[in-house]
Amino acid sequence: MKLRATARLRALIPALALAGCTGWQSAIDVHGASAISLKHLIVMIVATCSVVWALVIATLIVALWRRREARESAIALDPRRQRRMTLAVGGAVAATVIVISAFTVSSFFTTRQLTAAGADNLTIKVRGLQWWWGVEYFGSKPELRFETANEIHIPVGRNVRVQLEGLDVIHSFWVPSLAGKQDLIPGRPNEITIRAERAGVYRGQCAEFCGLQHAHMAFFVVAEEQRAFEAWTALQRDNAVASSDEEVIAGQRVFLSRPCAACHAIRGTAANGKIGPDLTHVGGRKYIAAGLLETTRGSLAAWIADPQTLKPGNNMPMVPLAAEELRSVSAYLASLK
Amino acid sequence: MRDGETKRDIRDTDLDRPALEAALARIWNTPEGLWGALATVDHKIIGRRYVITAFVFLALGGVLAMLMRLQLAQPEARVLGPDRYNQIFTMHGSNMMFLFAVPVMEAVGVYLVPLMVGTRNIAFPRLNAFSYWIFLAGGALLWISFVLDMGPDVGWFAYVPLSGPQYGFGKRADIWAQMITFTELSALAVSVEIVVTILKQRAPGMSLDKIPLFVWSMLVTSFVVIMAMPAIMIASSTLILDRLVGTHLFNPAESGDVLLWQHLFWFFGHPEVYIIFLPAVGMVSTMTATFARRPVFGYLAMVMALIATGILAFGLWVHHMFVTGLPRLGESFFTASSMAIAIPAGVQIFCWLATLWDGKPIFKTPLLFVIGFIVTFVIGGLTGVMVASVPFDTQVHDTYFVVAHFHYVLIGGAVFPLLGAIYYWFPKITGRMMSESLGRWAFWLIFIGFNMTFFPMHLLGLQGMPRRIYTYQPDMPWHDLNLFVSVSSLILVAGFLLFFFDAIRSARRGLPAGDDPWDAPTLEWATSSPPPSFNFSYIPVVKAANPLWEQPDVLAVAGGLRINSRELIISTVASAEPEAREASPRNSIWPFVAALATTVMLISSIFTPWAVVWGSIPIVVALIGWFWPKGTPEDES
Repeated sequence: MKLRATARLRALIPALALAGCTGWQSAIDVHGASAISLKHLIVMIVATCSVVWALVIATLIVALWRRREARESAIALDPRRQRRMTLAVGGAVAATVIVISAFTVSSFFTTRQLTAAGADNLTIKVRGLQWWWGVEYFGSKPELRFETANEIHIPVGRNVRVQLEGLDVIHSFWVPSLAGKQDLIPGRPNEITIRAERAGVYRGQCAEFCGLQHAHMAFFVVAEEQRAFEAWTALQRDNAVASSDEEVIAGQRVFLSRPCAACHAIRGTAANGKIGPDLTHVGGRKYIAAGLLETTRGSLAAWIADPQTLKPGNNMPMVPLAAEELRSVSAYLASLK
Repeated sequence: MRDGETKRDIRDTDLDRPALEAALARIWNTPEGLWGALATVDHKIIGRRYVITAFVFLALGGVLAMLMRLQLAQPEARVLGPDRYNQIFTMHGSNMMFLFAVPVMEAVGVYLVPLMVGTRNIAFPRLNAFSYWIFLAGGALLWISFVLDMGPDVGWFAYVPLSGPQYGFGKRADIWAQMITFTELSALAVSVEIVVTILKQRAPGMSLDKIPLFVWSMLVTSFVVIMAMPAIMIASSTLILDRLVGTHLFNPAESGDVLLWQHLFWFFGHPEVYIIFLPAVGMVSTMTATFARRPVFGYLAMVMALIATGILAFGLWVHHMFVTGLPRLGESFFTASSMAIAIPAGVQIFCWLATLWDGKPIFKTPLLFVIGFIVTFVIGGLTGVMVASVPFDTQVHDTYFVVAHFHYVLIGGAVFPLLGAIYYWFPKITGRMMSESLGRWAFWLIFIGFNMTFFPMHLLGLQGMPRRIYTYQPDMPWHDLNLFVSVSSLILVAGFLLFFFDAIRSARRGLPAGDDPWDAPTLEWATSSPPPSFNFSYIPVVKAANPLWEQPDVLAVAGGLRINSRELIISTVASAEPEAREASPRNSIWPFVAALATTVMLISSIFTPWAVVWGSIPIVVALIGWFWPKGTPEDES
């Protein structure tokens, strides 16, 4: 009965794994070079282990319920059977050694394959902070450098070297659909290579416990064709575009006159704070507050009005604004495409 | 006084059995009343206290687990805020590891080892009393601070810099670190006692090849504790130094190293798993032999597997750090060593299977738990092999896959055997049987509830759900499985409640057990249930590995011990030949006073470093009282 219950659970695996395919943050639904070879390894090891488990349980069942002849006493042991059992146990141990050796060797080769650096590299830098991600793109010249936050764009089919830098506590960079994870450790720069094989939006999330809002520290990797990627970088490099819309201009005034600018930067304006995410093109990002809310004028307004209810403990204070101010500043931020 | 004592020097050979037992009871019994309770050094009373206290902490930790499952049953639930949730998961882990799992295993050892090796009390019995009070104080510190909303919130692993002075606010991380000091102190004390008891106090004739497997497992465990605890002692002390007096050992801005903490923590933290697991396999071996009606197959292989596990335990810690960016070659070494631990684990599983195969299994509740153990522990062991692979681990590390894995190892691998062991030894401890029918119900509820609760977590992890998140967003595909897990955990809870109910009820109204209700082979069943304060009227002489099976009718006894003062036999390490009569300490209030003074010093030191200076004075006073010469005659060879 208990065995059947477990067996039923085991039978559920493929079904549930299929259900997991809708995920955009899944080690099973994979679209990146690393994640694909990791999945092969995972499937191989899980399948082998399932067979091992089934064999052990089958032996257990037979051992418990086989018919047996009566024995005189607990210590009257049949030496012939002892020898046979020694052989059986020895054989099982030998099989164990073979299986784990195979796992060790295949792990070693998978690791080597993953760390073999490709030539066609694009390098970006990701910084982990409580509780958001700073992203920096380098160009061939210093003026091509730009910063953004919580959203990484990469060209499909190219290796992207991600330099990882922890600034406060330890975080971990993990986009399971593309690659395994790597920690961002203060004082110890790390690096990981990701490569998307298909265009798409892949979600990532901090995987190392980092305090109050560890649960809301997500980011997105947008993989797109080379042309779209270049258009995106060109746009990001530009300063924020001044709008002629009256509400937007009023919103900019609110942003610059209130404490917002002390923490956030908007290139092309006087706002150059470095404590919070760069907001130069915040309106063009898919999500705000590290994956918490989809970017709309409404969500921006809600977030600015009460960040502590939406993401308790985060470092953005509630800045008291009049309704009119709140409306215009959210219109302004939404306009920063 | 001394003269008088020598004059009335009576040996156990001088009296007939009833007179002898009366004389032994006079000298070994613990007096009634509060003073007696505080001053006792009887390993059975202390062991029982330890077990009960640890189970209280298990129940409290279970309540925390249920709160977490309530919060995670729905996306973006607001049952708990992030601050409370972080305290709760930190408390759950710290409580279960430091206040339940390690102490309960040592507690069972404290109770059983002296009985199984046939001696009258544990070695250093006053240290034993001290260790219990220290353990209780550490647990109280943690739980009282939690109730006051000052509970640690940095995870049971307390990674710096999050737990360091810059990011760990208030006294929360200090309380965690000091709770570690309490529990490591008590664990070290118990380990030393157990090692000495096993090596020097075995009944005459119990040579190394006749030691029961549970006793072997406690011996290896105790050595692992003695070697692993200093690492966490350094870790927790340096963390307190960083926080309290501004050393910068872990501060990268001042050339400190963040990863140093992880090395120190896991150098202890991984052996910790085996500190919990090894006693459990000792229990499994004991119960398997009794209920398969034959000695465990491959005694030598089992002992070697225990020792190998104990040694390998120290070569695996880096597999907790596979994604910190250590050199690849080093990581591959730790993959190999982590995989290698599957070999001794495999040896033990195969030997148990062989024992069951060749034996004639009797399906009593303890054996059900052994079977449940094999089924679930093998899953936990295999997922352990999975996470030992560096590339595999980069996907599942710090996800619910790992949560599933270590609950399979710790609940399946250690709690199942422990519950079986409670059913098995309950009659010895209380003199009464637990209910066989309630036991079966409890087993099935726990077994089914456990698998339904924890198996889906493997899938959640592969679907990308990280650990230690207080909530998740509705657009993640984790909702159904989380709800399923939360509902299933109610079945698990029902099983545990039934177990607790059965234990409490049976302690008063269970059927009388008799000395040896299971017809078991080891020495603890040779005395009455519950055992008298002096354990054995006559010290047995052991001629076989399974004395009660192989010398069934009459157990040879050794004589010549004094019975007008506490005395026991000291024997040689390897062949257990008697070499001396040794005085065993009498009851004393000083261990309790010393524990109280230590507690005051350790807790005050959270608030000011001067507590270490002033607080040590009462400790010294207590120790002087403790070790005041008593004029006992020298031991005789």
